[in-house]
Amino acid sequence: MDDLYRDYILEHYRRPHNFGVLEDANVSQEGANPLCGDRITLQLRVHDGVIDAVGFTGRGCAISQASASLLTDEIKGKGVDAAAAMKSTDVLDLLGIEISPARMKCAMLSLETLQGALEPTVAAAEGRA
Amino acid sequence: MTLTAPRPDSRIRDGRLDPEVIRRDFPILATESHGHPLVFLDSASTSQKPLAVIEAVDTYYREYNANVHRGIYEIGERSTAAYEAARSAVARFINAPDAHEVVFTRNATEAINLVAYAWGRKNINRGDAIVLTEMEHHANLVPWQLLAQERDGDLEFIPITDDGVLRQDVYDVLLRLKPKLVAFTHVSNTLGTINPVVEMTKMAHDAGALVLIDGAQAVPHVPVDVQAIGADFYAFSGHKMLGPTGSGALWARRELLEAMPPFMAGGDMIRDVHLRRSEWNDIPWKFEAGTPDIAAAIGLGVAADYLRELGMERVRDHEQELLTYALIELMREHPDLELYGRMDATIRCGVIPFNVPGVHPHDVAQVLDRSGVAVRAGHHCTMPLHERLELDATARASFNVYTTKADVDALVAGISEVKRIFG
Repeated sequence: MDDLYRDYILEHYRRPHNFGVLEDANVSQEGANPLCGDRITLQLRVHDGVIDAVGFTGRGCAISQASASLLTDEIKGKGVDAAAAMKSTDVLDLLGIEISPARMKCAMLSLETLQGALEPTVAAAEGRA
Repeated sequence: MTLTAPRPDSRIRDGRLDPEVIRRDFPILATESHGHPLVFLDSASTSQKPLAVIEAVDTYYREYNANVHRGIYEIGERSTAAYEAARSAVARFINAPDAHEVVFTRNATEAINLVAYAWGRKNINRGDAIVLTEMEHHANLVPWQLLAQERDGDLEFIPITDDGVLRQDVYDVLLRLKPKLVAFTHVSNTLGTINPVVEMTKMAHDAGALVLIDGAQAVPHVPVDVQAIGADFYAFSGHKMLGPTGSGALWARRELLEAMPPFMAGGDMIRDVHLRRSEWNDIPWKFEAGTPDIAAAIGLGVAADYLRELGMERVRDHEQELLTYALIELMREHPDLELYGRMDATIRCGVIPFNVPGVHPHDVAQVLDRSGVAVRAGHHCTMPLHERLELDATARASFNVYTTKADVDALVAGISEVKRIFG
């Protein structure tokens, strides 16, 4: 059992970092896995191409909540381009546990929401908007 | 044969099922999961299969695999005879007056889609009402949504009480809309509620509506007599009643089937084909275009006979006793557990949706899995029902003829482990 629900995963689930509403956010994105009932609202404050504040709210399983907690820690202070370039393997590295195929959607919800949030910003920077 | 099948009579002792003996008919129940004996509590999704069914499928492929209704040779005649004998076995199982009223489908979903397409497109017109319920599986909801969109029909819904029982008073009012069809589930796949199908069918008929019943969760668990129920369409899956996946059936009254245009078109469903027009085959073959899942149908026939030998009254008694035991044990050992549905085993099948406070059902299911206990987690294809009950998701344990008190005990212990990890 310890391989999946390690103490630090449960700790992130019980007391997720960056959990809460970000009052002065300028980017906001909702994500959901309707099949599981996992939901997340991700908020970013982007200034000069850098994510300088981040917050999220929502509910879901331990894997989706821990992954959102870890991912939001990771992107704080990162450039938009670098954050947008993050891949699923990066999230799996952050989680540090083996995720079964059935739980992959839970683990990736926060990343997919982040990618959705940054897509217009990245497109604008590239002159595509 | 690697397993010795028990003597048929020993499966029943003093008029009651002996699940410990019945279990030995199911090879998968002797396997392990994560180093623990498999405790399979997801039979509402699909049931396990007894050796008799597995061997019937195996024998078909080994000894007489040939297409049906075509071959003028020995094994072709044998496969056709076995396929049609399976239809008769299914008809006996639901007490259909005529085996030709039984159409083989892949599952209940296909059976309902068949009616929505073939009957619905011909009979539902602008403003016509179809009455459904808030507890329907998506299979008995989405086909009617598509039909209503296409034909400009109206959908109305019988609401449920907070403990998951249909509001008959509201149903009575909805019938004043003079619906063309009332479609509802016999047994809820999420709450286990057994609906009063005889009374509801009579009420619909008195209001001039036809009745379709989704029997997917009923045929494995309660005696079903389509003549006594009096409905017009009865749809069910074979794979939930110990039959192979890919097996299911629609029963409908002969005159309805005869008046309906085909569902799928192709080989076997025609009598005469010209380049620009065709004539349809007789029922039920009119609705069985293309090569069917012959092996699955034969397996379903064997499953129906297996259940008939056990006796569906005895199956019902077994599950009612087990449900009572499970609800009491769960409430005693885990008073904080959130349980949904009516706490009355006399109107409920062996389905237990639950939540462990503060733990997402996915995590509950994952922890249980590590001790070999298989339950489902999610919305169980009833998103509107979960919305009505203000739930994101639930974990669900469900029973069948092979489920024992030891399985329930493993669930109760597994929930303690969930609480230990997440406590």
